[in-house]
Amino acid sequence: MSNNASLSGRKYFIGGFFVLIAFIYVLRLFYIQVINDKYKLDAQNNAFRYQTEYPMRGYIYDRNGKILVYNEPSYDLMVIPREAKGCDTMSLCETLQITKEEYLKRMKRASQAPNSPRKQSVFEKQMSAKTFAALQEKMYRFKGFFVQKRAVRKYPKPVAAHLLGYVGEVTKAKTEKDPYYKEGDYYGTSGIERSYEEALRGKKGVQIAITDVHNKIIGKYMDGKYDTMAIQGKPLYCTIDRDLQEYGEQLMKGKKGALVALEPSTGEILCLISAPTYDPNLLVGGKERARNFSRLYADTNSPLFNRALQAMYPPGSTFKLIDALIGQNEGVIKRSTSFPCARGYPPMGGKPKCHPHGPVDLVGSVAQSCNSYYSYVFREIVDQKKFPSFVDGYNHWRNNVMTFGPGTHLGTDLPYDKPGNVPSVQYYNKVFGKNGWRSNTIVSLGIGQAELLLVPLQMANVVATIANRGFYYVPHCIKGVGTEKALDKKFTEKNYVSVQNQEAYTNVIDGMQTCFDAGTAYYSRVPGVVACGKTGTAENPHGKSHAVFMAFAPRDNPQIVIACLIENAGFGGVWSAPIVSLMIEKYVTGKVTRPDLEKRMMAVDLIQGKNLLTTEYH
Amino acid sequence: MVQRRNQNSLFYGVDRLLVVIYVVLVIMGWFNIHAAVYNEEHQSIFDTTQKYGKQLLWISTAAIIAFSILLIDANFYTAFAYGFYAVFILANILVIFLGKEIKGSKSWFKFGEFSLQPAEFMKFATNLALAKFLSNQNINITQRIGFKLKQIWKYYRNTFVALLIIVLPLLIIKLLQDETGLAIVFLAFIIVLYREGLNVGFIIFGIMVTILFVLSLAFSQIYGMLIVLAAMAASVLLFVKRTRANVLAVIAVYLLAASVVLGTNYAYNHLEAHQKVRIDVLLGRGEVNMKKEGYNVNQAMIAIGSGGFSGKGYLQGTQTKYDFVPEQDTDFIFCTVGEEWGFLGSTLVIFLELLLILRLIVLAERQRSDFSRIYGYGVSAILFFHVAVNIGMTIGLMPVIGIPLPFFSYGGSSLWSFTILLFIFIKLDANRLLVLR
Repeated sequence: MSNNASLSGRKYFIGGFFVLIAFIYVLRLFYIQVINDKYKLDAQNNAFRYQTEYPMRGYIYDRNGKILVYNEPSYDLMVIPREAKGCDTMSLCETLQITKEEYLKRMKRASQAPNSPRKQSVFEKQMSAKTFAALQEKMYRFKGFFVQKRAVRKYPKPVAAHLLGYVGEVTKAKTEKDPYYKEGDYYGTSGIERSYEEALRGKKGVQIAITDVHNKIIGKYMDGKYDTMAIQGKPLYCTIDRDLQEYGEQLMKGKKGALVALEPSTGEILCLISAPTYDPNLLVGGKERARNFSRLYADTNSPLFNRALQAMYPPGSTFKLIDALIGQNEGVIKRSTSFPCARGYPPMGGKPKCHPHGPVDLVGSVAQSCNSYYSYVFREIVDQKKFPSFVDGYNHWRNNVMTFGPGTHLGTDLPYDKPGNVPSVQYYNKVFGKNGWRSNTIVSLGIGQAELLLVPLQMANVVATIANRGFYYVPHCIKGVGTEKALDKKFTEKNYVSVQNQEAYTNVIDGMQTCFDAGTAYYSRVPGVVACGKTGTAENPHGKSHAVFMAFAPRDNPQIVIACLIENAGFGGVWSAPIVSLMIEKYVTGKVTRPDLEKRMMAVDLIQGKNLLTTEYH
Repeated sequence: MVQRRNQNSLFYGVDRLLVVIYVVLVIMGWFNIHAAVYNEEHQSIFDTTQKYGKQLLWISTAAIIAFSILLIDANFYTAFAYGFYAVFILANILVIFLGKEIKGSKSWFKFGEFSLQPAEFMKFATNLALAKFLSNQNINITQRIGFKLKQIWKYYRNTFVALLIIVLPLLIIKLLQDETGLAIVFLAFIIVLYREGLNVGFIIFGIMVTILFVLSLAFSQIYGMLIVLAAMAASVLLFVKRTRANVLAVIAVYLLAASVVLGTNYAYNHLEAHQKVRIDVLLGRGEVNMKKEGYNVNQAMIAIGSGGFSGKGYLQGTQTKYDFVPEQDTDFIFCTVGEEWGFLGSTLVIFLELLLILRLIVLAERQRSDFSRIYGYGVSAILFFHVAVNIGMTIGLMPVIGIPLPFFSYGGSSLWSFTILLFIFIKLDANRLLVLR
């Protein structure tokens, strides 16, 4: 060509163009390979299948090392729908005892979002050992199915259901809030299982498998270098005494109510009973669990309801102990003080009413539980001259009461406790109008009635405070997690109440001892043990009064305090006191010397209104 | 050291850099094919039941072909340039009747275990024919653009013939064999025409049309575009002398642009569904489902992106090895490079391919004979087109067009074809002092 020379300059354009394109490509590669992380993440999801190995939950032991909960293996049948083609459906349905329609329904559920035909989902939850054994032999016929080992809770003694709580499947909300949980996981839903979930659940293990584009497992990633083993949850050391708990549950059988026992010197919960109770073994497993749960849920006696922590009851006469202490502290009464009683509180025409008894001083008023006496005491406290108005007096009383626990969350390590109620000034202003009420309007607070409400745990805590003569430890049910026995600091701190007058405690405790020796609990004396107690008959709008009894024993160096409330059982001395008395005897002396009383208490079914012994005797 | 080589040696005058890059690329390709289709049960790279084993056979035969080409006198290629062209045009037509259907297109001759695709060999044949035609001393495609209709044939006859040489195989392969990827490669020869004097106006025209084409695909507002173009045309008229010729010219250009826009829209609407989708994927038009239409490109980018800076290491790639990336041993072989060798490895491959392509230009420019120069540019352009489109599609810069990465992708036809293409030039270059016609 003639003009090659003039055209050869074009080589620079061509070469330049090639270099430019190459440069753009290198920049692009730098962006997707080095700068942008999106593709790396996508690649992980592409090629790896994270298989979870589920840990066993931690065991729970009682204060003497007896097992409360352990685990039993259980098996979930899992399916990857895509791989389940050509599976022996008939035989599978037969083994699981489901219909073909049910099979198709479950397969459909496993294939649809949020599940996926390529991913594993649960086909049958927590098969019984028998089903599993039957299935195991035929497993080779069920393509796309495999068994995932899990564990279910097992209770050697069917006790402490409310305290221990139960384990349930996580809710969607939970999985969204806490990334540890994946759909189908279990977690503690109530009781100790809930409050110590993090210690109990252990750590999931994960095995990373490499998959191909068809989601088939090709091998272990890096020969399992990054796999982790599941770590079992930590064991918990519970403060309860399994035998005492069991004994108490037997005594509370056929009754509605609660019984809480504490060790006053530590705040440890020795037993926590809510009656009626249920066998915790009912709430494990797959199908049965659902059935049992709905049955218990529908029961009109609400066995699932933890009365010990959540039922707010008027404390009745047992509350007089607090009045007596505050009254002495304020100097409005002393040991020798006595007030008139005319089968009731005279200034208000005999209301609140009282039962017939002789003239009483402070000790006698506790022992005989005089309503009139504590109506006076309450008003003397509230209407003290030192307060500008009685509202200040009332607030002073209320604040004093609340240091004992009522109206506050005690801060125990069990979930869902209720605070009870000590009505506020605002509340009464709303009900009666400002200046529309006086100390006499609310005088029944002084005898533990009206709007005053406590949960049984708080009642026990009040007794513990008196037994300790002025302080309490926050009641708790766990004293050790795993190898560390260290307790949360809040459980080892003394909580001092407003009354620190030791003489006041001596006087009240004298009264409580007299209650057993010559008072309302005379028939429930504990052989060989100096016990101190207080009866209560809590009037309530739901029929017959609740029978309340609180006690501690022995008087010196108390080992146990108990609060017991039985709904609609009438006078506290009749039902609650004997049960508490038996519990004290069992715990303090280690044996029960009153088999007749024991037999009678266990045989009475107050819920159905039958005394099972009656038929025996006649 | 003084040139010790015997002038009669087979390797006399052979450009060593080209041969070294060629060998390095082929070996790298072979290892990457091994990694891409690696199979635990057949670990040996020499296992001929696997693709990596087979590729070794292809590589050895390619070496034999390379030696044979060097043995043949350089004059042979000029003498039989049109002959090759005719033979392969014929072969490409015959394959429709005698060929075996593979993946929906009848473009393969089958010989026992192995298959060959004549379209691959059309490249070097076309390159020879084009070089032969353009190197004719009486042929000149350097012309000014004019508007006199009567003279168009006189001025542009040669250009048309050159274009015909390029377009004929393109049409045969596209229309008869339905191998879009292989057909579109022939457009690379435009670069050769440009070097040989094709008026820049054509190139600019082509670039403009391409830009309009992409724009009208990227923006679905066709009428909006027409209005914008009209506004642009009007503003041009404001700044130029409004003579009759100028106004007519602007109107003509506008009408042309408008017809490109409308034509694109028409063409797009009449594309086959899968081609439509490929364009949608590239331009991010509408809703692209990454599990379906967008799958290939998305997976390719995941594989490359997951390689990071230095890659996962040989045989450690999870994305390509476990088939997430489609065609990971052929058209998407670059994904294996990206995943296992990272940014460093990818850049090295691009660098080597670019070095080869640029070296070809340098060598082409030093030829005494036009034939060798034109042929050299042809090789350079073809390789560039393959590399740019192939790598471009794996990193989302080009639509998915099924063409191999030179010397890298698995396959006998393409390796042989590129080897022939390259080694003919190496032979021509070895004899660069001769004047070949």
